[in-house]
This record gives sequence, C-alpha cells and structure tokens, in this order.
Amino acid sequence: MAPYESDDMTTAGEADEPRSRRRRAARYVVPVTVMGVAAATIGLVPALADSGDPDLPEITAAQLIEKIAASDVEQLSGTVKITTDLGLPDLGGLEDSLASGAAGSGAGEDGSSADPSAKLTELASGTHTLRVAADGPDRQKLSLLENAAEYSLIHNGKDVWGYDSKSNAVHHSTVEESAKDREHQPPATPKDFAEEALKAVDDTTSVTVDGTAQVAGRDAYKLVVKPRQSGSTVGAISIAVDHRTGMPLKFTLTPASGGAAVVDVGFTEVSFDKPAASTFEFTPPKGAEVTEDSAPEHGRKHSAKPEKAPKSQEDLAKGLDGLKMLGEGWNSVATFDSGSEGGLPTGEAGGDLDGFLGSLGDQVKGDFGTGTVFSTRLINALITDDGTVYVGAVTKDALVKAADAGK
Amino acid sequence: MSRAETAGRVSPLWTFGLFRSELLTTFRRWRTLALLGVLAAVPVLVGVAVRIETGGDGSAGGGGGGGPAFISQITNNGLFLVFTALAVTLPFFLPMAVGVVAGDAVAGEANAGTLRYLLVAPAGRSRLLLTKYATVMAFCLVATLVVALSALITGALLFPLGDPTTISGTRIGFAEGLVRALLIALVVALSLIGVAALGLFVSTLTNSGIAAMATTVGLLTTVQILDQLPQLHALHPYLFSHHWLSFADLMREPVYWDDLTKNLGLQALYAAVFGSAAWARFTARDITA
Repeated sequence: MAPYESDDMTTAGEADEPRSRRRRAARYVVPVTVMGVAAATIGLVPALADSGDPDLPEITAAQLIEKIAASDVEQLSGTVKITTDLGLPDLGGLEDSLASGAAGSGAGEDGSSADPSAKLTELASGTHTLRVAADGPDRQKLSLLENAAEYSLIHNGKDVWGYDSKSNAVHHSTVEESAKDREHQPPATPKDFAEEALKAVDDTTSVTVDGTAQVAGRDAYKLVVKPRQSGSTVGAISIAVDHRTGMPLKFTLTPASGGAAVVDVGFTEVSFDKPAASTFEFTPPKGAEVTEDSAPEHGRKHSAKPEKAPKSQEDLAKGLDGLKMLGEGWNSVATFDSGSEGGLPTGEAGGDLDGFLGSLGDQVKGDFGTGTVFSTRLINALITDDGTVYVGAVTKDALVKAADAGK
Repeated sequence: MSRAETAGRVSPLWTFGLFRSELLTTFRRWRTLALLGVLAAVPVLVGVAVRIETGGDGSAGGGGGGGPAFISQITNNGLFLVFTALAVTLPFFLPMAVGVVAGDAVAGEANAGTLRYLLVAPAGRSRLLLTKYATVMAFCLVATLVVALSALITGALLFPLGDPTTISGTRIGFAEGLVRALLIALVVALSLIGVAALGLFVSTLTNSGIAAMATTVGLLTTVQILDQLPQLHALHPYLFSHHWLSFADLMREPVYWDDLTKNLGLQALYAAVFGSAAWARFTARDITA
C-alpha cells in the first residue's frame, strides 16, 4: 500500500493537524539531505584524493637533478593546467590592441589569428588548459583549449601548423631542423619550466628533496629550489618529478611575498604511451583561411624575440645589446641604457602613454638620482630619469641598492 | 480497496499507460507544438543568415572568430550547423521551452481543475509526479532532437557535407561526425534535466500555470545573469547553466571529459535536489483544485 500512503495522509490531515504538519515538514528532509550529502562529497573528495603521499625510496637532490637531466621521455600525451598570476595590471583589451598594433607594424604581413606567437602569449595570464602530445623530436602537438574552440600547434616532420578552430584559420610554416624549432616555442609544459629553473641553480641556491607527492595519478618526488640570499622576489620553486621517468610533472613558483603561486604548471593527466599517429596529422579543413609563413628565417627570428613586442619593448630589445648584469645568483639585476632621456622608453608613440605608464609605477629616490619602479609579483623594474633600466626578480629595495652600486 | 490492490499489482503497465497519456496530452497541445516549431525555425534562420552573408562561395572564414561556436565552419560543412544551432538555442530557447512545459506540468492541471481527477485514478501522487517528470524529460529530448534534425536538414540543403574536422584539427569520417552530433544532442538534452526538475518544483508550489512558467523562466534568466558576473566567480561552478557549453568538448580529439562529467553531475544533483523537493511538496500538499 505504500504508494497510496500520501493520499491517506491528506484526508487524515484534517483530523490531526499538528501531527500531519510535522510529517509534511519531515518530507523536506529528503532534499535537504541530498544537498548535504552533495556538499559533503564536494568538500571531502579532493581531501581524500590528496591524502597519502606515496612511499618512495630516499633520494638526494643531486641524484634527482641527474634523474631529470637523464630523462628521455619521447612519447607522451597529457593534459596540462597552467596558471599564471604575475600581478600585472589587468590591461584587457588594451593589451590586445597593443599586440595587434605591434603585429601590424612589426610583422607587417600577417595578422592571422592562427599565428603561434600571437596565440601563445595568451598563456602569460590566467588559467589555461593545454593538451600536449609528443612522439619523438619530429612530432609534437600542443593544443590550447578554449570555450567550444581550440588552438592547436602541430609539428609533424618539417611542417608546423597552427590551427585556430574558432576562426577556422590556419597558419603554416616549415622548419628544417626540427629540434631547433622547439626551443623557440614559449615554455608550456612543466618540463620546460623546470629546465629553465634548474639552469639557475648555483651556490646561491638551496636545493632539497621535500618528500613525495602524487601528480596526475603518478608518484613523484618533490624538489624544492630556494634562493639562499634575501632580496629575491622568488620564494621557492617546487618541482614534482615522476619517480620512474624523471619527467617533471608539476612546477610551482611561489613569490617571497607569499600568496598564490606566480606560475603553476602541472599535468592533470599524463600517459607515456605512444600517441595515435592521427594526432599529428593535419590537413587544412576545406575553406579554411591558410596563412603561409613565406619567409621561414623571418618567422623563426621573430618568434625567438619576446613575441609581438610592443614598440616600447622593441626599444628594450634593442637596448639589450648593451646589457650588463649586476650582482650574482638570484639577486642579479640586468641593466642597460634605454637610450631615451626622460625616463620611459616609449618611443615616439610616447605622449599620452608616458603619463599612463608613470601612473602605474612608484617614484623612488636614491644615490643614483630619481626614477620609477614598476612592480609585478615577480619582476621589478627601475627606470631612472636618465634612461637607465634595472630589471630583476628582486625586491624594490634590492633594485635601488643595485642601482646605487651600479652608479 | 480491492480495486486499488489490483491496480497496484499491474502497476508497471498502469504507469506506462499513465506516461503514455501524459505524453499524448503534452505533445498534442498547440503550445507545445508552437514551441517545437520555434525551435525548428532557429537552425533554418541561422543557416539562411550564414548562406546570405557568405553568398555561398564558402570562402569567408567567419573573419575574427566572433559569433556562436562553430559558426565559421558551417559554410564548408553543413554538419556544423547542428553544433551551432545547439550552441545558439541551449542558453535560452531550449531551457525556456522546457521551463514552460515543466512549469505547466502540475500547476497547469491545478489551474484547469483537472489535477483532482488525475489523483482520483489509483496512481498515487509520487507516481504521478514521476510520470510528469518523465514527460518533461521526454520533451527535453524531443526538443533537442528537433533542433538537431532541423539543423541537419537545413545544413544538408544549403551547404556541402563532408568529413568534419574536429576542433583539435584532426579529421574524422562523416559517419563518426553524425554519431558525435547525436551524442552532443543527447548531452544537450541531459543538460536540461536540471531546469526541468527546477520547473517541476516551482510547478508544485502554485496553482497558477502562468506563475509557474514565469517563475521558472525568470529563475533561468537570473542564473544566466549571475553566471556572467565575474564577482560571483566562486558561485559559478554550482549554477546549472555554467557548464552547458561543455558539449563542444565532444568535438575535441580525444574527447575532453572533465567539464562534460562536471555538467552531467551537476544536472543529476539539481534533478535529485529539486526532484525530491517537488516530491516533498506535492505529496504533502492539499489539492483543492
């Protein structure tokens, strides 16, 4: 009789009002319970999944670094999550317009949305999901997942295809030496970042193995790289290294000032099986707009530069020829003469941009004179009024000190 | 008593009969047919607009990548009209239609004074509610398939068909493309069960069909607006519309399941919470109309 109990209840309700009201209210326990269970599951599952660092044999930091260096993973596929929070002011559309303006003046011929260098600069801020696949040095694929669209960079033999599914645009270029090309790509996988970080390891650095962790379902060692000196804005770099292949699976850079990581790149899913050959096959879809990179030399040189440099940055790049390094290790500060009197190297486009940039920085005074400091969470830059630029991953005080010493 | 017990024993058939009569009532309504007609017209509208805009030469790549998902590929492959049409209708048209049907399910009967008579039949309130919910879900599926089919026919008539390129850049066969289109339609239909449950719950709260429909559509719009506000970032993953467009992930190669499973899980959660809330309300309420 169970299905009809409700019908009985409504008639009985008239005779026994308070009791029935209680019973009615009791029914709402069901949805509330469902909601409670759901909330508990959402809260608990990550905690449960996190628990239990794997047991792995002890290893020294030196051995671990060697392991990374010896790692020769050629075949893999996986999903990478990359989060960057440089603390740059959110320029939004302005950034885009600067970049496209530079694309017009700098590159001249192509403003294709499938141009790799234009597309991968997007990685410099926010959270992105990437898919990577590799099969030897000649075949790689990197896809940037977007809402209902994807940007894929496919390297197969001597062809490099960039495909932007949103606008159905294709960018094509060719390379002769496959391995070379890869180095010109901006870093995107934890491995690329880890290699950069380990280059900086010297006697001003403390490198330790800090236990183990699970990354993308694999057991990994955690290597922690920390600057010994004070004055650096880098707090610590943590690299999770797969215990079997020696492949870095996660890279986290936390600033000395605390807070969220500046860069956090990690696999959320990884497989070391050979990816299907069809992954690397690409023929431009019918009707797609194909931009040929007519001059490979030009293209390569172009992507090697800080990509799509706005005018002021191009000045910076020119200035880099006179680059000097002050200090050592993590506290080293790069300095060069921007060649523009009056502080800001904004080129002829200066004018209103000058005031705008000035408002972003802080005025500082020192033995070197006066200047403006531009801060991000990682990199600080000091531009003195006589046009000298000091840049480093150091605190503002350290920057001023370096400038004083450099005078 | 004995009659009820007999009915209780043959209940599977009985429930099916109830479900069938509910389906017939729902799909025979002019309102339902009009809703389906509007939904079928959307892909035709999109298709004709794209056709006129590009002049059918198939070279315009949608310059700049604006507009709804997949729209730049339509001129080269009519199959993509299915995906674009679903992407266009999912945020508003489809859930609105579902909201109208779900909101009307119980409140409409109460308003017309027919709910009592339905309850006189020895079906039990829980079963009646379940049947109503099943009918609304059937409508979700039919509505989605109407959009997909209309889009497929329009796409085939106006544009060339061929092997589609996934958004990851790999090429798949036309047959697999069709399978994926069907899968996407199913996922879109499943994306609507959260709204359906919400609408049904609202419908049990009132005796006015219009009020229930208006409330459901109002809630839908509110949730969509909340989903646009960056300040409410922390709330977004729990809004039923947040992962709706993840159906496009089925067109990646390999398929990216993370957001899809999040979407389906969230819909199941909404269905469970509001479904049981509707049950709690409906089985305990005084039916006066």
